[in-house]
Amino acid sequence: MLKLDEIQKRLLREVADLHQVPEGAYNIRSNGQSAGRQSTANIEITSKTDVSGLEVRIKPFTKNESVHIPVVMTESGMKEVVYNDFYVGEGADVVIVAGCGIDNCGNQDSQHDGIHRFFVGKNAKLKYVEKHYGSGEGSGKRILNPGTEVYQEKGSTVEMEMVQIKGVDDTKRTTTARLAAGAKLLVRERLMTHGEQNAVSTYVVTLDGPDASADVVSRSVARDKSFQKFDAKIVGNAPCHGHTECDSIIMDEGRILAVPGLEANHVDAALVHEAAIGKIAGEQIVKLMTLGLTEQEAEEQIINGFLQ
Amino acid sequence: MLNVTNLSFSVTVDGKRRDIIRQVDLTVPDGKLVVITGPNGSGKSTLAKLIAGIETPTAGRVIFNGEDVTALPIHERARRGIAFAFQQPVRFKGIRVLDLIRIATGKSLSAADACEYLSAVGLCAREYIDREVNASLSGGELKRIEIATVLARGAGLSIFDEPEAGIDLWSFQNLIAVFQKMRANIQNSSILVISHQERILNIADEIVVLKDGAIDRQGPRQAILPTLTGTMDLGCHKQMNAQGGCAGC
Repeated sequence: MLKLDEIQKRLLREVADLHQVPEGAYNIRSNGQSAGRQSTANIEITSKTDVSGLEVRIKPFTKNESVHIPVVMTESGMKEVVYNDFYVGEGADVVIVAGCGIDNCGNQDSQHDGIHRFFVGKNAKLKYVEKHYGSGEGSGKRILNPGTEVYQEKGSTVEMEMVQIKGVDDTKRTTTARLAAGAKLLVRERLMTHGEQNAVSTYVVTLDGPDASADVVSRSVARDKSFQKFDAKIVGNAPCHGHTECDSIIMDEGRILAVPGLEANHVDAALVHEAAIGKIAGEQIVKLMTLGLTEQEAEEQIINGFLQ
Repeated sequence: MLNVTNLSFSVTVDGKRRDIIRQVDLTVPDGKLVVITGPNGSGKSTLAKLIAGIETPTAGRVIFNGEDVTALPIHERARRGIAFAFQQPVRFKGIRVLDLIRIATGKSLSAADACEYLSAVGLCAREYIDREVNASLSGGELKRIEIATVLARGAGLSIFDEPEAGIDLWSFQNLIAVFQKMRANIQNSSILVISHQERILNIADEIVVLKDGAIDRQGPRQAILPTLTGTMDLGCHKQMNAQGGCAGC
């Protein structure tokens, strides 16, 4: 158990900040196999029997516990679809850290499609962190297509942090959420594409109950000849608050398409969208140069800050 | 010590050449606070930018501590000890006050050490150190952070381009105290301030009056300041007192 080579360990560090075996519940998937798993008294991880994937059940009122479920792939040409379901019990307060790192040194495409469903109980609080990372010099593409479905019961809070900064050639990210009364969803997406990469991120958030609220914010940087599409829609079916924002820096020959969408089906649905795309302001670079940074260092500093 | 000789800068607008700075000779000795003043459009800010390398002169030389830095880019001049505080500070999404101060010092300063620079400009350091330098900060707050980043540079020559612009009266009074403190602590360095403010002119060692891009007169404060009374500064001062801000400048 847990025999990982150096590349796999590096991927784990990138996607889950893991330097060793995590505390609490975890499942580490390496090249399609479980490389280690641990359940705890309150969090049970089991394998699905019909398809590849996990069921993670968190008991009601579990507090301050975490679940790590990183995936690493180092075999070129590997393709997998994984279905993970998470049941967060009433009143629980937990952190789930997922993430996928692909190192592809070969000439065949490597692909991981993770379909995650979250069933978040009444008044529960969930923080979900998902990082994607690709490396390897091979001509084979590194492809990640995460699908995320979130079902929030009354009064629950979900905070999602989605990060994809480097090395993923092609990604189609689809996130849907349905919120009952008083539920709250916060999404913070950070994305950087370079080379000839292609990234499409689609959100459909439906606010079904009174006082439900959603705040979906994406910050992204498109460099070289990469392309990004950010398509975020919020549907208000009750007195609710929804806000979506796409803030992007475009560089080189990058292209960005932002499609903010709002649908109000109730007179007291308050929905707002914002979208801004622009290059780095010259005055920002000049300011940092007066502090002693080269033009290139200034640019890196601005991007790092923007994606922080 | 800064020496500017025969510095000129012109631009071409609609096919016509326009001289912004004309053959300026200027010396800022170590241990001195020099204020450049003059009417709007006289070229004060452009002169400051030429010294910092933000604009490139058409002719002339900029000598800093004996080295000709005329051809050096902004960051090379910065590394040699020229610091610049912008009239309108720049905002950054995601970059924190602490990050800017760290970049300014070139060290991975602790938050506690970085706080000293904020306290020096009258900001409650704990409230500001982790804040982003973004649109959530007011003009006065940004201005003080801008000055803190220049203090953090510990530079041989600190240039302030209209430090009073865009700040309220209360902040302005603190600003004067900051300059007085800086003035008391410059032995091997110097300060160059672009300003029309009488109270800043009052703490200058030397005053340079710029008019139409050329030096009209320069000398010790005692000699120059009386010649300015009743001209642009007083008007500006009245406006400031009446409105609590220096909007007209």
